[in-house]
Amino acid sequence: MSLPHGWEMVVGLEVHTELQTATKMFCGCANAFGAVPNTSVCPVCLGLPGALPVLNERAIDLAMAIGMALHSTISPSTFHRKNYFYPDMPKDFQISQYDLPINAGGYLDLPDSTRVTIERAHLEEDTGKSTHLGGSGRIHGADRSLVDYNRSGVPLVEIVSGPDIRSSTQARLYASELRAILVATGASDGRMEEGSMRIDANVSVRHADEPFGTRCEIKNLNSLRSLQRAIDYEALRQVELLEGGGRVRQETRHWDENLGATSTMRTKEEAEDYRYFREPDLVDLAPDIAWQDRVRAGLPPMPAERRATLSARLVGANDAQLDALEVVIDLGLDPFVHHAIDAGVDPGLALARGANELAAGLEDIARLNRDAFSATLLMEQRGELSSTQAKTVLGELLAHGGEPGTVAAAKGFEQLSADTLGTTVAELLAQFPSEWERYRDGDEKLAQFFIGQVMRITNGQANGKAVVAELRARR
Amino acid sequence: MKSAARIAREVQSGETTATAELEASFAAISRRNGELNVFLHVDQEGARDQAAHIDARVARGEPVGALAGVPIAIKDNLCQIGVPTTCSSKILEGWRPPYNATVIDRLALAGAVCVGKTNLDEFAMGSSTENSAFGPTRNPLDPSRVPGGSSGGSAAAVAADMTPIALGSDTGGSIRQPAALCGIVGVKPTYGLVSRYGLIAFASSLDQVGPLAKTVLDSALLLEAIAGHDPRDSTSLPEPSPSLVAHVEDGVAGLRVALVHELVEGADPEVLEAVERATAALADAGATVVQLSIPEIRLALSAYYLIAPAEASSNLARFDGVRYGLRVDAKNVTAMMEATRTAGFGAEVKRRIMLGTYALSAGYYDAYYGQALKVRTHMIDAFARAYREADLLIGATTPSVAFAFGEKTTNPMAMYLSDVFTIPTNLAGEAAVSVPFGTGEGGLPIGVQLLGPGRSEARLLAAARVLEIADGRP
Amino acid sequence: MAPPLRREDVAHVARLARLTLSEAELDMFTEQLGQVLEHANDMSALALDDVVATAHPFGLTNVVREDVVTASLERARVLEMAPDAQDGRFAVPQIMGDAP
Ligand SMILES: [Mg+2]
Ligand SMILES: [Zn+2]
Repeated sequence: MSLPHGWEMVVGLEVHTELQTATKMFCGCANAFGAVPNTSVCPVCLGLPGALPVLNERAIDLAMAIGMALHSTISPSTFHRKNYFYPDMPKDFQISQYDLPINAGGYLDLPDSTRVTIERAHLEEDTGKSTHLGGSGRIHGADRSLVDYNRSGVPLVEIVSGPDIRSSTQARLYASELRAILVATGASDGRMEEGSMRIDANVSVRHADEPFGTRCEIKNLNSLRSLQRAIDYEALRQVELLEGGGRVRQETRHWDENLGATSTMRTKEEAEDYRYFREPDLVDLAPDIAWQDRVRAGLPPMPAERRATLSARLVGANDAQLDALEVVIDLGLDPFVHHAIDAGVDPGLALARGANELAAGLEDIARLNRDAFSATLLMEQRGELSSTQAKTVLGELLAHGGEPGTVAAAKGFEQLSADTLGTTVAELLAQFPSEWERYRDGDEKLAQFFIGQVMRITNGQANGKAVVAELRARR
Repeated sequence: MKSAARIAREVQSGETTATAELEASFAAISRRNGELNVFLHVDQEGARDQAAHIDARVARGEPVGALAGVPIAIKDNLCQIGVPTTCSSKILEGWRPPYNATVIDRLALAGAVCVGKTNLDEFAMGSSTENSAFGPTRNPLDPSRVPGGSSGGSAAAVAADMTPIALGSDTGGSIRQPAALCGIVGVKPTYGLVSRYGLIAFASSLDQVGPLAKTVLDSALLLEAIAGHDPRDSTSLPEPSPSLVAHVEDGVAGLRVALVHELVEGADPEVLEAVERATAALADAGATVVQLSIPEIRLALSAYYLIAPAEASSNLARFDGVRYGLRVDAKNVTAMMEATRTAGFGAEVKRRIMLGTYALSAGYYDAYYGQALKVRTHMIDAFARAYREADLLIGATTPSVAFAFGEKTTNPMAMYLSDVFTIPTNLAGEAAVSVPFGTGEGGLPIGVQLLGPGRSEARLLAAARVLEIADGRP
Repeated sequence: MAPPLRREDVAHVARLARLTLSEAELDMFTEQLGQVLEHANDMSALALDDVVATAHPFGLTNVVREDVVTASLERARVLEMAPDAQDGRFAVPQIMGDAP
């Protein structure tokens, strides 16, 4: 989408990501998504009177890893209390970093080579989760809500970008590149649909080269698609408002995915007075150089570098392959692809199976080892498995694990013996004499006809290349 | 009543049993609790189990701790598993914590027997124990007067010989002031020396748990048992519990003691006179005495009455009717929270929440809270300068002896002024002791306060012991 | 020097703190809090621009714990404390709006 002529949108994003620690930010309760409600809670994360927070060292490691990947300055930092009453927040304040965040400044280069500045990436704690009863099941109109505090106190890093994004496509690109970085650092699983990565967007519009306009903050963007739609909707709303002689009011707006529209949640005048002050139950954080170096040493290559490395092995890649490359990098599947190429698999085939079959089975990826992936693709490449069979074998390996050879045998994907294939082909030639005649006269298209017939008779166990070889031998 | 040191010794040697001492404590409580309103809850069953457990260990020849079989009273702002913990507030009435404060665990380890929970000013906000939702505590020495506060119940339990020792908490003088008014010893430990885990927070950067006892030695025994690093409190000092009992008889020879003008300024003449006699007693025992002025002390009250309420306003936000304690139903969650808090908190708590919320709110932060934090730095620097010239400071604990009920309740500012000598120590995070020394009007006790830098508890207790002896309690 | 406390300031603060005050309480608190704030004005005379604010009396840093799971509370014990619970969760009346 583009805005009417002369208008430009200005977008900054605030991305919250849950950290993949074993325990919560301030207590030893398991950081367990989706567990039975209120089973991963203790005096600290329930905000019981007298309980005190103690920082999780691993959360700090991961926050620093994010900062390093974003070229931030790791800084001495403090924690504040952000005070407001809300039932899913047990202490009725959130512990968050305020004026002194652990990561100050930085930048993220988009694949289109735009540089987006990072203002800060700070630590804070997550809230509990409410379920609304009655009404539509949404917060509005519900007459009662139920609160589960399992998520209360889960560590978050909030990454705030500068207002450097100029289109919804760019916003999407930023979010997906950031997600790839978060996944690469091991800080996050990057799953927006499960809420472990959540985005708020600050959107304003202006005539090019004029000062920034009044911005609105859009909440509740749960997918890259919502992000892009909401920004487009909001920018256009603001342009229409301004062109109609109105003015934009600074406010927080809610994105409704079903309506495809944003609506006012809270105006600036209604903004809370958070009464920030230093959290007296925590002390300063100032990771020394040794601690920082330890984290830095554990950082894997970042997506931009990995993209360059993989793309160097795909000389003359077409558009579809470039898309596949993005998928593989975003999802962190490139080690599989490299492994397969190293083992002798054609780079195009390795990339395709990575971007399709592995991407589809991402949740089960831990069951599949790289050797099994490469071995399956080599069997396919050698003609021992058809492509359909190879995909089936990969699916089976992801679902249940195992060895490719064993899985293929169990599925009955054994090579037809040369004898059986020879007999089958001979029978077919007798059955379809005129087609055989035309093939012998040079109509190569008929090879496909015979392959199809052989597949039908053998329930797909034959290999297309082997059938063609058999036909050629008899021509 | 026997001292804690003696009970522990006799329990260990088999001369008495924890059970016998506990029953003696129960008997004393039943004699006077009706009149004085010291205990909000007596944990008969739990305490008897604890005592039986100690006795069984002794019978089996197993080691028991330094407080073996000693009955102890617990201020009702410390969490104890399954025992009602109210902070003397309607908002927590009936709440039974599912966890122990670290100090409760440490007491169990030392073999002490927790007898029950004592009355306090609601959420420890007050200086007279008149702000309790469950009625005031009376001073055992003169029931027409207040015991001081906010640890008034714990001080009264010891003064009335219900238990030899008690735990209190001190945010602006809440251990030392009632100790002075009840004629016992009270210690405000260095910030971070004793874990705050499980102490229901009033003002997190000022709160410390500490001992109340009849004798200096008992204070040392109790403090040694509860002090030392706790990984569950991020503000806990990193070192283990200091050696205190071993140094109680160290004396003050060679120490420099400074009588601080601002720590007696405005005190009643009889209080000033007691402080001067105490100073002379320290000189007699070999200390060098000087006079000092620390004008920054005059700013302490102002800084305290912004910092403490600011932290309290946030600490007490969690009492919202959602997860535990009182709930007053209403049509939506915001109205429910407001109705609950309005019904559950008393006037003084509301006053401080309002004050703290204002001090932190947009537009006033710099003028009030921000400035108070700077004054705090200013005060810490001033104390540091003083401790270059003196090893200990001496002054009054309170401007007067115990006052009558209702005397200061109508004017909050007058009540706040009764903490003027104790507050500076909390702001500085340092240590201080109140020890009884002489009597004043109506034969009521006077407390003398000894102040030292952080981690100076051994030195302070040794000096307090000198005064204890000089006051005729060898 | 901060401006004197007004009745509407007290009303605003009561809303922030989720407390309902009667008209009489509003008057009383305006007067009493005003006195405390007036007393606090003795601090404003001080030139403390270069002084660093102290939030903690001792400068501890980097107090952390290992990322190791410890026991959580039993759910029955947790919900037993709740004024109202349903389906293993804490129940509250209608929530009027999204979290800020
Ligand atoms: Mg945030
Ligand atoms: Zn927890």
